[in-house]
Amino acid sequence: MSELTFRFVVPGDDYSRAGEASSTVKNRLKRLGIDPAAIRRVSIALYEGEINMVIHGGGGEVIVSVTPQRVDMVLEDHGKGIPDIALAMQEGYSTASDQARSLGFGAGMGLPNMKKYTDEIEVSSVVGQGTTVRMAVLL
Amino acid sequence: MESFFHSVKLNKELCVGCTNCVKRCPTGAIRVRDGKAFITKELCIDCGECISICPHHAKSAVVDSRDSARRFRYTIALPAPSLYAQFNNLRDQLPVLRGLYGLGFDEVYEVAKGAEMVSSLTDQYLREGKLTLPAISCACPVVVRLIRTRFPNLINHILPILPPVEVAARLAKRDFCAKMGCTPEEVGTVFLSPCPAKSTACRDPLGFDKSAVDLVVSIKDVYPTLLAAMKRPDLPEYGELCGKMGLGWGISGGEAASLTHENYLAADGIENIIRVLEDLEDEHITGVDFVELNACPGGCVGGILTVENPFMARAKMQRMQKNLAVTGYQPRGVEERLLLFDHPIQFCEVLSLDQDLATAMELLNRIDEVESRLFGMDCGACGAPSCRAMATDIVMGRASEDMCIYKLREGLAQQTDKEEVLV
Repeated sequence: MSELTFRFVVPGDDYSRAGEASSTVKNRLKRLGIDPAAIRRVSIALYEGEINMVIHGGGGEVIVSVTPQRVDMVLEDHGKGIPDIALAMQEGYSTASDQARSLGFGAGMGLPNMKKYTDEIEVSSVVGQGTTVRMAVLL
Repeated sequence: MESFFHSVKLNKELCVGCTNCVKRCPTGAIRVRDGKAFITKELCIDCGECISICPHHAKSAVVDSRDSARRFRYTIALPAPSLYAQFNNLRDQLPVLRGLYGLGFDEVYEVAKGAEMVSSLTDQYLREGKLTLPAISCACPVVVRLIRTRFPNLINHILPILPPVEVAARLAKRDFCAKMGCTPEEVGTVFLSPCPAKSTACRDPLGFDKSAVDLVVSIKDVYPTLLAAMKRPDLPEYGELCGKMGLGWGISGGEAASLTHENYLAADGIENIIRVLEDLEDEHITGVDFVELNACPGGCVGGILTVENPFMARAKMQRMQKNLAVTGYQPRGVEERLLLFDHPIQFCEVLSLDQDLATAMELLNRIDEVESRLFGMDCGACGAPSCRAMATDIVMGRASEDMCIYKLREGLAQQTDKEEVLV
């Protein structure tokens, strides 16, 4: 067994369910005896990603693959896309709706935090078609 | 360090092998095997949920009997704040404290006073920036046991200051020995406890080597005789009462409210505190400096070794608090190290399926595979709390698929089909 894969569907616009994927992944990783600090980084980055998919992406799919060397996360949504990825990666920049802000989201820390907590990140997006974020935490 | 002593015992004769406790256990530590409910000791956190849910009273708390105090020349009662809330029509805790003398205790030292000293030192440490924030209270032993087995990233957030009962026991013994000129061995400290977790914490402490609490007696065991003793006319007087802050520790939110620091969070009930710990670990909860968690609903007044309804007890406690002054006991003239853990609490890896990552991955994959063959009913009839737990047990060689009644039914149906074909 060289790779384990977990798949999740993230529903759009349901804040109460955002975090299901990250919390399931966290609890699975704990059963693997992976370094707690690495688990924490995976869990935080994935949660930020899930929240983004709810707020901006209208939901999508999360695929997490684990090998003894690394945890890879692919988050794919079919939302409105990001016109300027460099700008979106800046701390404090946010296009979140008033509704999202009223729930305490939209601080402009989503993508920056995902970058901060992971070893590799690659964001690709087509406006009007959706966004794919690939992240990795090395073990 | 790797000890897993617990204060829950099973009376096998009373256990009928139902799955009430299995389903209720928040850490999935219980399995029914051969018709009896067994606890995996590495996973148990002493919350007492299984004791309170068992309809057959097969599970009980391991506490000391009052008689065991006879081996000491002198005894000191250490009443938990929650004890005071068990009685009706009290303006303050004075009748309870005098009643304890009536039971034959030579001295009575309020745990609430120890609590106020802990608050004072916690405040000081928060001011001086000595704590990893948010600091998580260690007064509820269940919280400490949860963190040490399930939340490795939070272990350095545990407040390194001893729980109030320990502070009270140490100071009570020291003061009494000084007053009477006796040795510590001659004096037995008896904690009147609302829960079995505190009994575990005294017998098998985490963070310090030996508890100064000699015996732990349950509030419900002492209640009838204490109630009678409180009515005696010849009781000695008691000195200064602990004020409202210390008493507040008996109810959820009381510990946090006793800090001058206002940026705190308090939660109670086992499911709720697990959720808070998950959210703290994932940094979904941020911006608080102090976290008070109590495993029992409503705080210690909800402990399973109490007699009064927890919500009524809370109301009574709040009524008493209104009549009490603010005392703010401080550990003056006490060496600071007497109030601190001897060593940091270590994380215990109990969840990992195998030490080797590749092997653990293989096992986890097989668990997913087996789980997909089960029916997802989480009925518990096999003796495991969920199909996921059952799948884990099967892969780890502790159970077999034919223990699933839905599997059995499926097998029977297939067999019947075959027989019909043969006919």
